Amino acid sequence: MNDTAACQPSRRRTLRWVLLEFFGSMNLAITLLVVVAVASVIGTVLQQNQPYPDYILKFGPFWFDIFRQLDLYDVYGTGWFIGILAFLILSTSVCIYRQTPILWREMTRFRTRVRLDSLRGFHQQAEWRLPNQDSETVLRAVRDVIQTRGYRWRIADHGDHQVVAAMKGRCNRLGYLLTHTAIVVIGVGGLLDGNLWLKLKEWRGELRIETRDLAARDIPPESRLTPGAAAPAFRGNVMLPEGSAANFVFLRVRDGFVLQELPFAIELKDFQVAYYDTGQPKSFVSEVLIHDQDHLGDQPLAATIRVNHPLVYRGYAIYQSDFGDGGSKLEMQAWPLAAPRLQAVEVKGEIGGTLKVGGSSGALTLELDDFRLFNLLPQPDAQPGDRQFRNFGPSFGFKLRDATGEAREYFNYMAPVQMEGRWFYISGMRARPGDPLTYLHIPADAKSSPERFLRFNARLRDGDWLQSFFERSVPSGESADFQRDFNRVRLSLMELVTQGGFNAVAERARTVVPADRLQEATTLYLNIVRDSLAEIFVEVLREEGMAVEQGINEREEAFFNDALSALAALPNYGSPFYLQLTGFQQVEASGLQVTRSSGAVVVYLGFALLSIGVFVMFYTAYRRLWVWLADEEGATRLVLAGAVNRRQAEFTGEFAGIVAALERRMSVASSP
Amino acid sequence: MSVTREVMLESWEQPSLGQSWNAWDGLWALLVVAGSFYAWWLYRPYMDGYEVAIQIGSTLALIAWGLYWKPARLFTLAVTVLTVLALWRYGADYELRKSNFWLKYFLESQAAFMWMSALYVLATPTYFAAMLTRSGFVGKTATALTWCATVMGTTGLLVRWRESYLLGADIGHIPVSNLYEVFILFALITALLYLFYEDRHRTRTMGGFVLLAISGAVGFLLWYTFDREAHHIQPLIPALQSYWMKIHVPANFIGYGSFALAAMLGIAYLLRLQAETHRPDGLLTRALPPLDLLDDVMYKAIALGFAAFTIATILGALWAAEAWGGYWSWDPKETWALIVWLNYAAWLHLRMTKGWRGAPMAWWAVIGLFVTLFAFLGVNMFLSGLHSYGSL
Ligand code: HEM
Repeated sequence: MNDTAACQPSRRRTLRWVLLEFFGSMNLAITLLVVVAVASVIGTVLQQNQPYPDYILKFGPFWFDIFRQLDLYDVYGTGWFIGILAFLILSTSVCIYRQTPILWREMTRFRTRVRLDSLRGFHQQAEWRLPNQDSETVLRAVRDVIQTRGYRWRIADHGDHQVVAAMKGRCNRLGYLLTHTAIVVIGVGGLLDGNLWLKLKEWRGELRIETRDLAARDIPPESRLTPGAAAPAFRGNVMLPEGSAANFVFLRVRDGFVLQELPFAIELKDFQVAYYDTGQPKSFVSEVLIHDQDHLGDQPLAATIRVNHPLVYRGYAIYQSDFGDGGSKLEMQAWPLAAPRLQAVEVKGEIGGTLKVGGSSGALTLELDDFRLFNLLPQPDAQPGDRQFRNFGPSFGFKLRDATGEAREYFNYMAPVQMEGRWFYISGMRARPGDPLTYLHIPADAKSSPERFLRFNARLRDGDWLQSFFERSVPSGESADFQRDFNRVRLSLMELVTQGGFNAVAERARTVVPADRLQEATTLYLNIVRDSLAEIFVEVLREEGMAVEQGINEREEAFFNDALSALAALPNYGSPFYLQLTGFQQVEASGLQVTRSSGAVVVYLGFALLSIGVFVMFYTAYRRLWVWLADEEGATRLVLAGAVNRRQAEFTGEFAGIVAALERRMSVASSP
Repeated sequence: MSVTREVMLESWEQPSLGQSWNAWDGLWALLVVAGSFYAWWLYRPYMDGYEVAIQIGSTLALIAWGLYWKPARLFTLAVTVLTVLALWRYGADYELRKSNFWLKYFLESQAAFMWMSALYVLATPTYFAAMLTRSGFVGKTATALTWCATVMGTTGLLVRWRESYLLGADIGHIPVSNLYEVFILFALITALLYLFYEDRHRTRTMGGFVLLAISGAVGFLLWYTFDREAHHIQPLIPALQSYWMKIHVPANFIGYGSFALAAMLGIAYLLRLQAETHRPDGLLTRALPPLDLLDDVMYKAIALGFAAFTIATILGALWAAEAWGGYWSWDPKETWALIVWLNYAAWLHLRMTKGWRGAPMAWWAVIGLFVTLFAFLGVNMFLSGLHSYGSL
């Protein structure tokens, strides 16, 4: 088959030839497919585009730096990765470039120059010697048979023999072309939408990545992209509180960002989260107004943006992507935890704001971080795997930062939470970011308030009150000396407990009591502590107006035990007050993502080509038949051969059908 | 062209499309159209334009499926009858599932899934027994078990779809929304693919291997049900409230199912190769399916899987463009879909352009399953990303 020779590339080893040979090589293509696959794994194992401090925390400074050098925190935007992708596209292009003429020839040219030997060597072939039949009749029979099967054909007369060349399923070759062209088209579209443009600007020094935590208006011009110079593609985010507007988004770049200005402003009228009865979120909806003087005049465009339903405006798509707090106003009461008087202080603040508060060891900064209306959490007593959730109601998070900058994080629920049938005010605390929260459970009193526990706690810290209380409650009949000593011990024990918890009592015993009597003494001290606490607790109840002469009931007793647990946790709580949320006015913020994607059209075109191409390539087969006919002393020699590029089994069946049809026709034709 | 008598005769041998339709085909098409129309009539208040389009597409696909493969008709009929029965029993009261005999023990989705699980697990050794004993009867039993399991599973999914609406009009959704549901889908699709190849190649010897994969999925499902209580119907989170889900997820699972099937055949291939070299006339060599059959079906499965996965990934990209702000975000699930796709593209190239066959390709198909499995399960278990709703 001489036309295959024509499609061999020229043998001259020009540079062009070498390059084509290299990039068009199947081995390179397969290698690249595998290399891209393997390289893609990296970015899925290592979470991408996280804040850099998180990486430092995770890998330590040494590995952090190595990974950073390799750009592993944004693998898919990095030069070397895009390089491999570009290589793959190049290789595919070269492949198409070289295959297209061959495919074209296969689709349009009938190979009528064949040798008898090679036909006889085909996998699918049949041969007859037909006596008493002239080649004209046979040829007609052949033609009819293959034509009814949808083959296209050509006849060539080579003098001593004739050749019919036929083909069917040419679109299969087109399928190949479509598939591979699609890869290139998608690749090019994807590169257009990638970060190349940004990288170029940065490399030319026209753009500086901003890493400081600045407000939008303070961002210097060299970190801004104006709408006129808008990138052909970007994906940026902005968090809009209800009632505010923005005409910019932030594009995240490595550990910083740049600001992309928009040719219009988005105003958030309202943000709504709806919940199912079970507490899971059902919808996130932003009602926005688009202000665009040039295109809309004074009449803003009202639109609703939901998850899965973006707004497309002037080629910019605006998505619902996130939500948060937009500065909810909180009313709180700060209950002192270390003071002898229980005097709650009213505090008002706003999420995102800071307040100065006095602490025992200098001023503290109170940073209000976060407010949540719903907290859907697993049931406290649920087995792992039980999918039972409960809404724990509103909560807020804050930090207490001391003068040295050290901060503790707190997370308080507004409403008491029922656990094991009792109710608690829960406050989570962690001393370092990333640590698990440890919880303080303040038992709620009959009025569903933390007040009783807090009053109890305050009494323990009120030396004067304790003194007079102990004096009143000392067992009678003992000597005055004993009474005085006993009360002194009790006072100092109370101080120990309030400063350091029950451990401090045991600790103190270890320093003052000889080892052989330590056990006994510790038990004695702890008994005194417990009895005294119980007496004080009963006194607190009495002050509440409760009748305690007959002793206290089970509920009060359980409360007392819970109060002891809370007391034990207090020394590590680290805050001089318990901040109770008493009221709020939620201001929500909606996280919007604004994108521009000029390459999308190209990519979608590629998708269409790919979808069609793949099916055509797999489910059609390029079939060829050759018939060799020659007169042979009053008979006709007929050789039939066929070839297919896939679906061999199906073709074997088809070929057998053709052979059978021919044989039938031969006898049909010979009968008068 | 003059039409000769011969040409006329020829045309009889090559039936044209119109002629190849017989009365049964027509009836089938009519039934499907009628059923689909009725379903549309019932549920049209809840459907938007896209969903009507999806329904029309599914109707045409179902007709084509039944024309292309006859057993699909009986299957569809059985599933329809059982589903309608269940919906009729249910009426509008979800709680009937606990009291009504038919629902409780047979048609309620959980019950149906249990039947499905039991039948698949039973079918597996039956297939192996049929392979080793070469008993036609045992083989037919295995096939029957697999068909019944598939009917029960499909019914279960359809009933679950309805049950989700009984739970609350705002909760209702197609049951392809979490790992539990798609695992059932996976078992069903793999089984149907297998049954197709069994029918077309007229051999049951591959059954045990494929059913082994399905039994594995069933095992996971049971653990997931009893240990993790994952079977409760959960409302849809906002990200999943999209008609795209209806087409993206099933397309994906045609891909996963095909790849799993190919991998199991790869195992059979390797076993047979071992048997042939070590014991050329041993029982296994005689019983295991022949190499060229395995090779052929393996290729067909991977080609089909690749095509389906291509479509699924494209659909996923189109969905992402509507939900996440871009058609491609290099989210771990997306990226792993790409990895799976590239992996099989490499496989197909080696076979088509380099003519590779035999053990290396079989090994690769088996390894491919692990890559696929990671994309399907591993990503949800180990990696976090935008697809995080599927977590274990
Ligand atoms: C991402 C890149 C590529 C993808 C996804 C891809 C995909 C495919 C697929 C699915 C097939 C069909 C295999 C089959 O018939 O079963 C195929 C065939 C083929 N590919 Fe690629 N391909 C890519 C790149 C390339 C490159 C770079 C080359 C050239 C070096 C190439 C050359 C071929 C050839 C020659 C065939 C055989 C066509 C035939 O005869 O049927 N491909 N490709």
